[in-house]
Amino acid sequence: MNKKDIAALLDEPACAHNTKAKSGCSKPKPGATAGGCAFDGAQIALLPIADVAHIVHGSIGCAGSSWDNRGTRSSGPTLYKMGMTTDLTEQDVIMGRGEKRLFHSIKQAIDSYHPAAVFVYNTCIPAMIGDDIEAVCRQAQQRWGTPVVPVDAAGFYGTKNLGNRIAGEAMVKYVCGTREPDPLPAGIEHDGFKVHDVTLVGEYNIAGELWHVLPLFDELGLRVLGSLSGDARFREVQTMHRSEVNMMVCSKAMINVARLLQERYGTPWFEGSFYGVADVSQALRDFARVLNDPDLTARTEAVIAREEAAIHAKLEPWRARLKGRKVLLYTGGVKSWSIVSALQDLGMIVVATGTRKSTEDDKARIRELMGQDAVMIDDGNPRGLIKIVREQGVDCLIAGGRNMYTALKARIPFLDINQERDFGYEGYTGMLELAKQLALTIESPVWEAVRRPAPWTLAANARTAVDTDPAADAPRDADLEVAHA
Amino acid sequence: MPELIAPEIIKRRKALSVSPLKASSTIGAALAFLGIRRSIPMLHGSQGCTAFGKVFFVRHFREPIPLQSTAMEQVSAIMGANENVVEGLRVLCEKNQPDLIGVPTTGLSEAQGADIHMAVREFRAKHPEYDRIPIVPVATPDFTGCLESGFAQATSAMIDVLVPAAEVAGTQPGRRRRQVTVLVGAALTPGDLEHLKELIELFGLRPVVLPDLSDSLDGHLPPEEFNPLTIGGTLVSELPTLGDSVATLVIGGSMDHTADLLNARTGVPDYRFAHLMGLDAVDALVQTLAAISGNPVPERIERQRAQLQDAMLDSHFMLGLSRFAIAADADLLVAFSQLLAGVGAETVAAATPANAPALAQVRCDRVRIGDLEDLEADARDRVAEVLIGSSHAVHTAARLGIPLLRAGFPQYDRVGGYQRTWIGYQGSRATLFDLANMLLQLERGEIHPYRSRLMPRADETAGVRHVSGL
Repeated sequence: MNKKDIAALLDEPACAHNTKAKSGCSKPKPGATAGGCAFDGAQIALLPIADVAHIVHGSIGCAGSSWDNRGTRSSGPTLYKMGMTTDLTEQDVIMGRGEKRLFHSIKQAIDSYHPAAVFVYNTCIPAMIGDDIEAVCRQAQQRWGTPVVPVDAAGFYGTKNLGNRIAGEAMVKYVCGTREPDPLPAGIEHDGFKVHDVTLVGEYNIAGELWHVLPLFDELGLRVLGSLSGDARFREVQTMHRSEVNMMVCSKAMINVARLLQERYGTPWFEGSFYGVADVSQALRDFARVLNDPDLTARTEAVIAREEAAIHAKLEPWRARLKGRKVLLYTGGVKSWSIVSALQDLGMIVVATGTRKSTEDDKARIRELMGQDAVMIDDGNPRGLIKIVREQGVDCLIAGGRNMYTALKARIPFLDINQERDFGYEGYTGMLELAKQLALTIESPVWEAVRRPAPWTLAANARTAVDTDPAADAPRDADLEVAHA
Repeated sequence: MPELIAPEIIKRRKALSVSPLKASSTIGAALAFLGIRRSIPMLHGSQGCTAFGKVFFVRHFREPIPLQSTAMEQVSAIMGANENVVEGLRVLCEKNQPDLIGVPTTGLSEAQGADIHMAVREFRAKHPEYDRIPIVPVATPDFTGCLESGFAQATSAMIDVLVPAAEVAGTQPGRRRRQVTVLVGAALTPGDLEHLKELIELFGLRPVVLPDLSDSLDGHLPPEEFNPLTIGGTLVSELPTLGDSVATLVIGGSMDHTADLLNARTGVPDYRFAHLMGLDAVDALVQTLAAISGNPVPERIERQRAQLQDAMLDSHFMLGLSRFAIAADADLLVAFSQLLAGVGAETVAAATPANAPALAQVRCDRVRIGDLEDLEADARDRVAEVLIGSSHAVHTAARLGIPLLRAGFPQYDRVGGYQRTWIGYQGSRATLFDLANMLLQLERGEIHPYRSRLMPRADETAGVRHVSGL
């Protein structure tokens, strides 16, 4: 990928960052950098496509420590879980044998695993020595008849966000529109029940959470033609151009997909979230609104009323336990507003939220939810987060898994909200899991235990106090309490 | 004992690596630096190299992992990234005043032709105010070697920078009569190192372990809320005294070159051990400790030895002639295959990510340099009964339909894998028990009941149900 292409991707017209001075895709700082690279982002965005052979073209650092480390789930094929890499050797690099190895690798993957397609992720070394992966992919596809898609997302091109975008662009460029959707199975549509084709962009089916929502789609007659990329199949992504409406789920990372699909196929899109009762209902309403089907609207309202009543009843005991608890949310900003409303649904108070990657739109939404004085954290260094936790009396920190053990070392209750997590929070039923996980950590007896000093140190302190202050003969309970606090 | 024949080494023949077994030498180097107190490694590469390495170790150790990046991007990838190194070092020195910064290079910076030593010299020239902070650069491109070799290289680099030659520093082997240097490879867990230190201390000796992951990544809750650097490990200040040690113990064939370097610098006599699993290996260590210290073997150790012997007897019925598949870096592979051979078990399939001289000692007829796909094929062909490997091998074991003993890197689907003690009489005993129990569960040799058709027992149902199950 040349510099011009990268600049074009960074200049995303639909991204609100573009109009502001601050950019979410800015240059990383040596010695003070957190977060993944473009390759990481591209892989996150596409790996959930389950029947594809995902080949990482590069040395082992890229695939070796990252394969099979995502919480995304598939209802069928598990090919995506198999790490594949050209594992370039020194000889390959020196002798320029990368392209050849890649070509044979594609053949090997096709012969051994018969994938629906092969995706080839470019990484730093081949990008720098100038392997033409696009040409290799084209040639391989011609030779063996299996679609081979280049995803040119070398790490040094930029951040994870940029990688998401490159991945989305590759899908629109090479995959969407290469097949027509299958006809709807007979006997499903009838008077008063028309099925609409929709897609989800930026939903990754972490821990299977999409399956909390999908039954409602079925009930309403919303056929998810394809998704990027939770529990997706290659042949489904091929048909995404036929969607009637695309939902951008939570994150703006793949906003270019929604924009490009609109430009090329005129498909309208909206942004929504499946986190929190209010947002799930809003997402369903938005589908009905954009599709402009009065019958669907009526049925949607009925489903919402039924589901909300059911979940509110189930959440009641959890709300009683979580009400008034204070939360610090640090997601880097991507899904902040969405999670904020889910937490507020539970009666919790969000004292501050991370906005490092949030757009101005996101921030406006956060202010709407949290009030004008909402504390927004731009720089999520651990020291700063711990300080806010202490100052505001925060009961639980919600952040990505990378920060988890930092929080635990500071003896702060923690909920993991990122890619690697084991629990799904989407949909009405996902809220129950969220409530349970929050209560589980906040109410755990371990916090008191890990803050408690060893009894002998208390005795020693008390003795020292007595020694240094002979007049002190009062009971030492006060000391104990301080020590416990 | 029959004559040992070195295994045939089968090199990689296929283009694509499937279910890779290899973790990079870059993060292996980072791990070695994590065994030094108040240190931080900074990988010279793009930010993803660091992010992936960090997630890898966070998930394995379930600990915060201090790891930084020189954050090479488009321009520096093409134009040179010395400035990134200088700036990254400045930021780390200024913000955290570490006791040591390790700078492993990556495939990206090496392919670009970075001279990491020159970059560090540039930093020294530009920022003399940080002269007191040792910086250890090491070339560990991820297109050569594996985690184990990167770990060894980083340890060598630390010795190179921080252990002065005896004639310069005036160190003298044995001046510290009780001090023993212990060079350990990446195969040893924090649990192993803890046990090893205790064992050495039982002989009245004072071990200085390099690198000491048992002090930094053993999973303990320190009083401080937040640490941007490692919370334990070998003290940097101890390194210049290694020349005064009475002896150096070297654990793992991967540390051979490192040991050569230390020996050349200091002249301290060294004692090398391929591993510390099984009766023979531990006997050799214990005897060496007794010789170095001049103390008799403590009774407690004698007892542990007798316990291992008893466990070998108890478990040999299950382990004898049982068939194992092992996927691991060379040192660990050598250790397990020898432990198993010592109880009459066979290693029928062995795979390792990179070639190493130590592989000559693997007790298996052949070793594949390859991935888990290769191992799976061999294990299936040769009917392995138990698999030993990392969490990545979970799917392999499931497809083979055999149990998995988790060992090596990474272990992300269990809590506490990093802390297991494999070595010594006790660790060996625990491993033998675990493996024997796995084999017991396979119900090998189970004879299925035969029901004669000439004598049908129509009123009988198989088994009896528990009352509460009614």
